[in-house]
Amino acid sequence: MTETDNIVVETAEKIFADLADAQSINSDKQGSWKAPLWQALSESGLPLSWVPEDCDGSGASLAEGFAVLNAAGRAGLAAPLAETMLAGWLLAQAKIASPEGAMTIAPVHPKDRITLGVDGTLTGRARGVPFAQDAQFIAVLAHSKEIVVVALVEAAACRIEHGIGLGGDPSDTVTFDGVTPLTFAVAPQGFDQTALLLMGAVARSLQIAGALETLLEISVGYANERVAFEKKIAKFQAVQHNLAKLAGETSAALAAATSAADTLANATSFDDAVMLEAAAAKIRCAEAAERGAAIAHQVHGAIGFTAEHILHRYSLRALGWRDDFGNESHWAVALGRMVAARGADDLWPLVASR
Amino acid sequence: MTAALRFDPIRLPPVCEELRKEVRAFLAEEIAVGTFDPHKPQREDSDAPEFSRRVGARGWLGMTWPKQYGGHERTFLERYVVTEEMRVANAPTRRFFVADRQSGPVLLKYAPEHIKMDILPRICRGELCFAIGMSEPNSGSDLFAAKTKATKTDGGYLINGAKIWTTSAHMADYMIAIFRTSPPTKENRRHGLTQFLVDMKSPGIKVNPIGQITGQHEFNEVVFTDAFVPDDHLLGEIDGAWKQATSELAYERSGPERFLETYYVLTELVRALGPEPDTRGAEGIGRLVAQLHTMRRMSVSVAGMLQAGKEPVVEASIVKDIGTIWEQQLPHRVRELSAFVDGEASNHATLDELTAFATKLAPKLTIQGGTTEVLRGIIARGLGLR
Ligand SMILES: Cc1cc2nc3c(=O)[nH]c(=O)nc-3n(C[C@H](O)[C@H](O)[C@H](O)COP(=O)(O)OP(=O)(O)OC[C@H]3O[C@@H](n4cnc5c(N)ncnc54)[C@H](O)[C@@H]3O)c2cc1C
Repeated sequence: MTETDNIVVETAEKIFADLADAQSINSDKQGSWKAPLWQALSESGLPLSWVPEDCDGSGASLAEGFAVLNAAGRAGLAAPLAETMLAGWLLAQAKIASPEGAMTIAPVHPKDRITLGVDGTLTGRARGVPFAQDAQFIAVLAHSKEIVVVALVEAAACRIEHGIGLGGDPSDTVTFDGVTPLTFAVAPQGFDQTALLLMGAVARSLQIAGALETLLEISVGYANERVAFEKKIAKFQAVQHNLAKLAGETSAALAAATSAADTLANATSFDDAVMLEAAAAKIRCAEAAERGAAIAHQVHGAIGFTAEHILHRYSLRALGWRDDFGNESHWAVALGRMVAARGADDLWPLVASR
Repeated sequence: MTAALRFDPIRLPPVCEELRKEVRAFLAEEIAVGTFDPHKPQREDSDAPEFSRRVGARGWLGMTWPKQYGGHERTFLERYVVTEEMRVANAPTRRFFVADRQSGPVLLKYAPEHIKMDILPRICRGELCFAIGMSEPNSGSDLFAAKTKATKTDGGYLINGAKIWTTSAHMADYMIAIFRTSPPTKENRRHGLTQFLVDMKSPGIKVNPIGQITGQHEFNEVVFTDAFVPDDHLLGEIDGAWKQATSELAYERSGPERFLETYYVLTELVRALGPEPDTRGAEGIGRLVAQLHTMRRMSVSVAGMLQAGKEPVVEASIVKDIGTIWEQQLPHRVRELSAFVDGEASNHATLDELTAFATKLAPKLTIQGGTTEVLRGIIARGLGLR
């Protein structure tokens, strides 16, 4: 991490601490925290981190933006920050300037496909689009006959069926029924849906790793407070070992996610190395989420199962993020095919290439 | 507050890539002349002393040590590359590996100057094999239960008792061992152990081989009957070896050897499933490669911390804990996936043979170098739970 990374991340962390405190949000059923949080984020320029300055963005580096997403994961952030950042990044790929306001992105599932017709309208359906109901704009990756295009669409022009994801955030079905985009442009050579999914997978991996960091911290804290059989439960070896395992899963997630982010930040194309790093990160982080969330809940006992407690703000988001931009089965098949096609003797050189 | 865990995405510098090419070329040559067969991890390494010398001659032993002792003052990251290439190729490293990883660094820190000048250059030349004498029949995890005694006598100490599970003792030139020099105190159970350098050719030392479930012979019982160790072979503080021994174990815990011991079954699985595996086979490979890649990123990251002069005790323990569990599970996962291998696959027999061997070997992986349970205790301490 460089010095500038720290300043951007510190800005984000300060906003999260001031306006997205997990306990306050959890007890505020009206959602009155939403507007001030989004306003502060917008003013800071964080949502358009990955949009170059000449496209009205903040022009932060990929590395800086990734570090912000890790911090957002640590905060269990319930706002479309990652989505707007990814949307801005996708639009910038095709040199489309980002508008103001919250955005999201489609598709987020590998099997969903959106097409651009000869009449210049979009058709198709995208499931599980995060925060679509809160977004003003949707950045869309669409296929026409031969080419891949990036389009900017007004959310109001689409049919949006509201849904709620595992973590409690909007997860909607967006139908493009001959929607005319505000604008669209051809994606650069070599950019396709897989590239978008790889980028999204790394973003979600960093968020999952962040959520696990917090799960570890609050679980250790709880174990050091809660008394049973006349001692802190932290003194029981079985509890210690569970938390040591949680630390291991958190470490694995963090290592895989930050390594993938570092690779993408320095890559010039979406090559096999990016594929290995991003796919491995999403697979490993998803597995860590499953094992880690189970331990964090186990350590908290019944209190962690209550709606009042903040634990689920992190555990359920970590579990929910597994499904966006390709789940672990999707990436495992893709990675396995790539490894098999390269051949057995090339596996170690691939793994040890950096 | 929880101790923040860090695993920075360290990349190996270009010098490491150059070195990697050299190591690969060297190993290819050794395979070509028949020094070892990378598909035969089953063999015992005791017969490869010439290989040790050639590795030493290349400058790949004592890589990070000072030049005055025959070292090469290179980085931990360079040593890391050599270790992983040797491991992945199944090279016969047993004769020199312990000395290079562990015993040498202990001598560098605690031995008197003339001993360092005598012994370290010989380790660097690949001439010496070391053994580690910590465990005893009733003290494995509980190291401070060690009873084997060092009694002061004229000009040195007399050793009586036994060590057990001592890897390579049957071919070792020296052992670095802990012996009891005084009883533990009420306040400090860890008091009273002292570390010594033992010349294995001294009279009064008997090495009894112990067979392993793989059919190999690697570890031993070592019995001491009035074996003499001179005063200048005492390492570090009298009665204060506990700290020395635990810091020594840090060298043992995060290297690539801690997740690559059964790696060959994965390569053979990929070979057997062929270039176009079905979905289940592809998914299986993908998941295993994701684990492997993550372990390696963690391990490289710890090597980077060591290079930066940090003491990543918790991180290193985490790498050993999840690394050894991964390498222990690997043959079992490969066995499951081998159901999808075509019966005519050209390496079917090799895959089966290697999987069977790795399955027999697997139980030891989470025991040697500190058990899973003991490591989790260390991690828990690092998290502020004890
Ligand atoms: C292949 C191999 C090579 C080895 N090479 C060497 C060598 O070169 N030199 C050497 O000195 N030793 C060597 N060892 C020994 C190794 O370090 C010990 O086996 C290990 O420290 C465990 O000790 P133990 O076998 O006595 O098991 P024990 O200590 O009896 O443990 C048995 C079980 O109880 C658990 N246990 C013990 N104490 C606790 C506790 N406080 N909390 C929770 N669980 C606990 C352990 O985790 C383990 O599961 C080797 C072992 C193997 C398998």
